[in-house]
Formats: sequence, structure tokens, C-alpha cells
Amino acid sequence: MSGRGDVIGATRAEVCAAACADLFRGNGEIVAAAVAGFVPMLGSRLARATFEPDLLTTDGGPALSAAPVPLGAAAAEVEGWLPFRDHLLLVLNGRRHVVMGPSQIDPYGNTNISCIGPWERPSRQLLGVRGAPGNTRLNTTSYWVPKHSTRVFTERVDMVSGVGYDRGAFEIRAVVTNLAVLDFAGPDRRMRLRSVHPGVSVEDVTAATGFPLVIGEVAVTREPSGEELRLMRDVLDPGGLRDREVPA
Amino acid sequence: MTGKVMTAEDVVGSLESGMTVGIGGWGSRRKPMALVRALCRSPLTDLTVVSYGGPDVGLLCAAGKVRRLVTAFVTLDSVPLEPHFRRARQDGAVELTEYDEGMLMFGLFAAAHRLPFLPTPAGLGSDVLRVNPELRTVRSPYEDAAELVAVPALPLDAALIHLHRADARGNAQYLGPDPYMDDLFAKAAARTYVSCERLVETGDLLKEGPVQSLLVSRAHVTGVVEAPGGAHFTDCAPDQGRDEAFQREYARAAADPAAWAAFAERFLSGDEAAYQAAVRAWREEER
Repeated sequence: MSGRGDVIGATRAEVCAAACADLFRGNGEIVAAAVAGFVPMLGSRLARATFEPDLLTTDGGPALSAAPVPLGAAAAEVEGWLPFRDHLLLVLNGRRHVVMGPSQIDPYGNTNISCIGPWERPSRQLLGVRGAPGNTRLNTTSYWVPKHSTRVFTERVDMVSGVGYDRGAFEIRAVVTNLAVLDFAGPDRRMRLRSVHPGVSVEDVTAATGFPLVIGEVAVTREPSGEELRLMRDVLDPGGLRDREVPA
Repeated sequence: MTGKVMTAEDVVGSLESGMTVGIGGWGSRRKPMALVRALCRSPLTDLTVVSYGGPDVGLLCAAGKVRRLVTAFVTLDSVPLEPHFRRARQDGAVELTEYDEGMLMFGLFAAAHRLPFLPTPAGLGSDVLRVNPELRTVRSPYEDAAELVAVPALPLDAALIHLHRADARGNAQYLGPDPYMDDLFAKAAARTYVSCERLVETGDLLKEGPVQSLLVSRAHVTGVVEAPGGAHFTDCAPDQGRDEAFQREYARAAADPAAWAAFAERFLSGDEAAYQAAVRAWREEER
């Protein structure tokens, strides 16, 4: 029985969402632009509903909501307006932390969302660089990878859309995946395995990563608190969109 | 009153092959699709298209109208990737100038204000500089001596935008939550053509929305086309949201050449009225 409000063990998606919430710890009064998917969007709103009450979040459109809204809902009360033009200018202004979804990411945090294969004539055209070059050069950036695999974690990326630490990144805070949390605290700011999610082994992560990770003391990603689970299940994502992105 | 009202065919008839054409909206939102469909029916070719790309880019690629695309992305929003654009790129059928989306805004901003370029850190360190070797950087003349990308102005021969209301003089109003870059496109272009959901008397514009909703001035507009449903199937809230079911149908068809031939025959072989009628008939069938 998973009756509403009964706190049962956290699902993997909920562990991921809490890890995404933790990305915003200490951010204060800045815009959380969690564009990479349901889980980081939920995470940003969860952070605001708990330990980062000053965070600014959107309803997925140009409205800055007066309070964190459930996934998929329009803001009932609006505190600000952030149309695309102002979003692009906010990148320059800097009061922003963006969570993007890379198609490829390398050991220094260079990411690709543009195309697979040679840019001149790609084997798979993807989105285009979108705002990744400016985001990564100018804003705190984190990444969300719903399916950790050697296709995503590659020694080199085909088209550097978001810049890594070896190319002038502003700050890449962490990479949250369905298996683990990774950061860039390794030597030369190489990617390091910070924690594995409950039930995941270090070997699971290294086998799904296409380059050697820096591995020291690996923690276990924290479980969401009872209050966090209640907020996710009853308030911020009662429709369970998080579980669609990360199957249990 | 100087009347600027014309038809979509008039607009397309005034354009020439080889032109640089900017298209307003963003992704699959408030795209001037009626004008784009008219472009697809025309003999025009060899266009350089500047767009925050959506199905406008897809349709023009499918119709073989695009020589070069200047963009930061092409997406259908609720469908992440645009199938026609993907195929065009994978077939090597279009040239691409790929910018960061803030760079693209600065290129338009520079052109709109007669600046040769605008400096920005966006793009530094990324492969945007590798794939656009013509891009130059500048150094700040002040103490910081920062290196910045000099985004060249992106002047447009023509811009096509779709707004909610306009008057016959060319003043145009948006009523949705986001202006996108439509005013920048209008100012960056030698000639701007506005299609609108509804033509209204000038005196009625402020009955529709507040004064700050008057996004585009007649000083920047050459022609106005009344095109109800002219953004279909992209989002045109509050008049109409995105037609998600039809967009899915479009994306499904666009991913397969045989299905696309049937889609084009059914929806795109006639004029705009025929398109709208075909969509209505499709909607009836889908009920």
C-alpha cells in the first residue's frame, strides 16, 4: 500500500529529485532554470519548498511563480515575468543556476546537445547548441542524465556546446544521474564519483561510464526525508511524472 | 490611413530567391505558419533563414527552400527534435550557422540598431567558434581587457512575424505571455511582414490589451496580412494553444518519406484556406 502521505521507502526517482534539490543548496535569491526534465524541475521546487525558500522558480513558462507549483500546473500566483529575451539577458546578468540535459558529457564537463558525428554532416542531428555555450561560460550549471550510459559519458564530445572546466566553465556544480552524483573535484577538475544512489554499486557506475572516473571515498546518496517525500508525493508531483523519467 | 493590408501571396511575391529571411516566434510558438506555407508554395529558393527554429524551419527544409539556416536550435518543444531539419542536416542538404541563442539575439539586436557587432562572452571556449571560423573576438579597451566574441550584425532582407492583433497601418500587438524576439526581427529587417489573427481598427487596439502589448510599430512594417489560425499548429495563446494532436501527426509524417508525401498531398497542396479546411476535416475524423 502506498497510501498518500504514508512514508514508504523512496523510489529511485525521488532519490534523484532530492539530489537535484541539493544542487541548489546555498543559492539563495537566484533563478533556478531546471530545463532538463521533470526530475530536476521537481528538485528545484523541492529545494524552494524546504531549505532554499528564497529561490525563484518558474511554472515552466515565462511566469515566475509566487510559490513552488506542482509539475504541469500553471502558477496560481505570479511574482515575476521572465520571457525568453529576459532569460537570455539573465544569463549575462548571472543570477541563475541552470540544469541542462547533455547528450554527451566528457571527463571535464564539456557537453554536447547539438549533433552526433561530424558537425559538417552529422549522423544524428540533435537540438543545436541552444543556450549551452553562454550558460556554461556565465552561470552555475548542473546536469541531469536520466539514463547513465557509455553513450552519454564519452571520452570526447562531438560538438562542444556547453564548455567544461578545461574550456572556461564558470562553475559546473554536479551531474546527477539515475545511478549516481558526480562532481569535478578530481585532479585537474576531472569528473569524480561523489556518491552512488542506494542500491547502486560503484561498478554499476563505472561500467556505464565511457571513461575512467576519479574514485576516492564514495558516499551513498542521501535518501529524501519524510517531509521531502510528502512534498513530492502529495504536493509537487502527485501525478508521478518523476517516475516516468526514472522508472522504479 | 496608409493601408498596408495584403495577402500572403502578395508578401511572398515581393520576395526574391537568395534573400535572407528572418522568422519570428520561438520553437513551436507563434510562428507565422500561413506565410511560411505560402513561401513553401512559391518558386522562391536559395533562402538564408534566420530563426529560433521550429516547424517553420522544418517545412522550408522539406520544401527545399533553404540554402543556409542561422539558428541556435530547431525544436517542436513538446516533440524535442524536428524531423525535417534532422534529415536536411544528415543529408547535408542545408548549410548551417549555429550560434548560442544569446549570440543570435545580439546579432539581431546589432542589426536592429545599426551596430556592426555586439560583444558577448557567450560562445567562448565552445565549438561554436570552431564551426563558424568567420567569427572574430574583440578585447575590451578598458582595464579588464576581457576577450569577447564579436557577434556580427544579422541584417535581414525581410522578416515574417505573426502577432495576435494588428491594424491596417502595421501596428501589431501580442496578447500572449511572451513577445519572443518579434520586435527585434522587425527592426533588423529591411521589410517586415506581419500576419495577425485579427485586423482591428487602430482605436480598438487598446481594447484588446495594454499599451505595452503594442510590440511592433508601423515604422517597421511593410505589409499586414489577416490570417486567422495563421500560426497553426504552433502555439498562439491566448487565441489558440498549440495543436498538439496535429503536431504529433506532423512529426510522425515528417519522420517517414512516404507518410510525408501523403501528409503534404492532404494538407499542403492547396492554398491557406484549403489547409485550414483540411485540418478541420482531419480534426472531425480524429474525434
